[in-house]
Amino acid sequence: MLRIDDLRVNYGGIEAVKGVSFDVPEGQIVTLIGANGAGKSTTLRTIAGLIKPAEGRIRLQAEDITGISPDKIVSKGITLVPEGRRVFPDLTVLENLKIGAYLRSDDLTDDLNWVYSLFPRLKERSWQAAGTLSGGEQQMLAVGRALMSRPKLMMMDEPSLGLAPLVVKDIFAIIKRINSQGVTILLIEQNANMALHIADTAYVLETGRLTLSGTGEELLRNEAVKKAYLG
Amino acid sequence: MIQKKKNKTGLFVTMVAVAAFLALTIVLENTLDPIRNTILFTVLKKGAVYALVACSMNLLNGFTGLFSLGQAGFMLLGAYTYSTLTIPMDAKDMVYYLYGGTVFRFSLPDLLGGVDTPLGLIGGVLLALVCAGIVAALVAWLIGLPVLRLKSDYLAIATLGFAEIIRAVFQWDKLGRVTNGANALKSYPTFSSFNLKDAAGNVTLRLSTFVAVLLAAICIALILLLINSSYGRAFKAIREDEVAAEAMGINLAKHKRLSFCISSFFAGVGGGLFAMYANQAQAKVFTTAMTYEILLIVVIGGIGSISGSCIASFLYVAASEWWLRFLDSEMYIGSFKVPLLRNGFRMVVFSVVIMVVVLFFRRGIMGDKELPDLFRRRPKAEKKGGKAHG
Repeated sequence: MLRIDDLRVNYGGIEAVKGVSFDVPEGQIVTLIGANGAGKSTTLRTIAGLIKPAEGRIRLQAEDITGISPDKIVSKGITLVPEGRRVFPDLTVLENLKIGAYLRSDDLTDDLNWVYSLFPRLKERSWQAAGTLSGGEQQMLAVGRALMSRPKLMMMDEPSLGLAPLVVKDIFAIIKRINSQGVTILLIEQNANMALHIADTAYVLETGRLTLSGTGEELLRNEAVKKAYLG
Repeated sequence: MIQKKKNKTGLFVTMVAVAAFLALTIVLENTLDPIRNTILFTVLKKGAVYALVACSMNLLNGFTGLFSLGQAGFMLLGAYTYSTLTIPMDAKDMVYYLYGGTVFRFSLPDLLGGVDTPLGLIGGVLLALVCAGIVAALVAWLIGLPVLRLKSDYLAIATLGFAEIIRAVFQWDKLGRVTNGANALKSYPTFSSFNLKDAAGNVTLRLSTFVAVLLAAICIALILLLINSSYGRAFKAIREDEVAAEAMGINLAKHKRLSFCISSFFAGVGGGLFAMYANQAQAKVFTTAMTYEILLIVVIGGIGSISGSCIASFLYVAASEWWLRFLDSEMYIGSFKVPLLRNGFRMVVFSVVIMVVVLFFRRGIMGDKELPDLFRRRPKAEKKGGKAHG
């Protein structure tokens, strides 16, 4: 579905991504794991159009989408749940969700109900300012907001960041549920254990290069991965 | 579903309040002695004009999060556009006597039948006001191309510079046949032109305040519609978090430019209204101090609240023009001369009041709430309502 070829990105004066190629097959959960500064976030932000790549190609179902603007990328069905949630704190939960659907002009009722069925907590709090939600609820809102654009591919940047273990479990259960309803997922995580358990395909990124790939199970059993990421 | 219903009640309350206020202006203006109460109507007119400009500034500063200080510059553009387009043909030579006439060989009210006919007056004034807005918006678009790339303080400095430059340019002698140089433009239709007169020229129905408030109210209503549309939501998203907004597919450059142009459009219309209020348009009044006045109104009213801007505008204008005037004149109680009261003391007191507001009421009168929000049920009750309906 999504194919990345030899992607190179300069960010903040350094080459953060040094020639990365990988595939995201349709309907799967794909994860990129790696340490801080490995270039995971930069890769995702480049696919989302927030950063322009120096070289390489990004193709969505054979269509070249390299370097086009973020709003066009969203309208082509790729959405990003940014790192650290970044909900709009002074807007209500409902307004946040509506902004997720900003580029759509059709009726939102079905999608709102879908998001509320995934996250009943959001429905209870739909009139509350997003800034007053707990960390876990804000993450749910960030995911819900991304889903409102009706994505084919949802990219998630560290959804477990700063959340309690129990909440992380919930979030991953919901990621699986969303995936089973037909949304392809590209997930990057430092919490490699969780990510590999739900991933169909996984890649390991080290200082801007892919060093390993395989199914989630394979990488879980891989000695090098165990040593470096699973401890 | 429930949101729509709520908006409707809020809208209804607001519309009733505005209609009542409009009716009140007609009643007041026709019952009170116009000479002894001049100050009241001055305050109402100027307050209405400032309310509109404050709302336009709030749209940009409060809702989109772009800190611009160019409001006076756009008002100046609006005021000059309005007045050059509406000075009647037979008054042009008199107004431009220093420069031997003007390059504008037409007048909108005259084209529509003259200032004395309803169509000529209303149509000409409305057309000229719209043109005033369009000119301001076009200039905003042009200067927005380089300037909107700047962030926060830098944007403020750049727009402030723009306003200063435009004020100097408009007073330039060489442009005399367009702008009348440093001299005032006058003789164009003002708010008083809308007073109904009988054949002998006596006023039968005073509408000048009503027209001022009505025109401002229409424009503010348009701004409110914009803020409550999906564009308004996008503006707020940009204010809250640019990166997240961009990731949600909001085109930052386009929306910032849109907000800047629309804000300037209404500042331009406000400038036209200010010209109507002041009876003459002169570049030297559109100073940075004027922008600061508007900014103060926005801050006092609450950044991100349209009703706050409106309320604060009337309060501010009333205080500065009327309630605190007594501080400027010497006063004796018996033979005792009250200390400190002399010319200029008003501004000292005023500055202190402003400091107190900024120090202790930082969120302003309304915060980011609107008037109808105050009548809403508590959030808890709302939550239950949400469950029952959804």
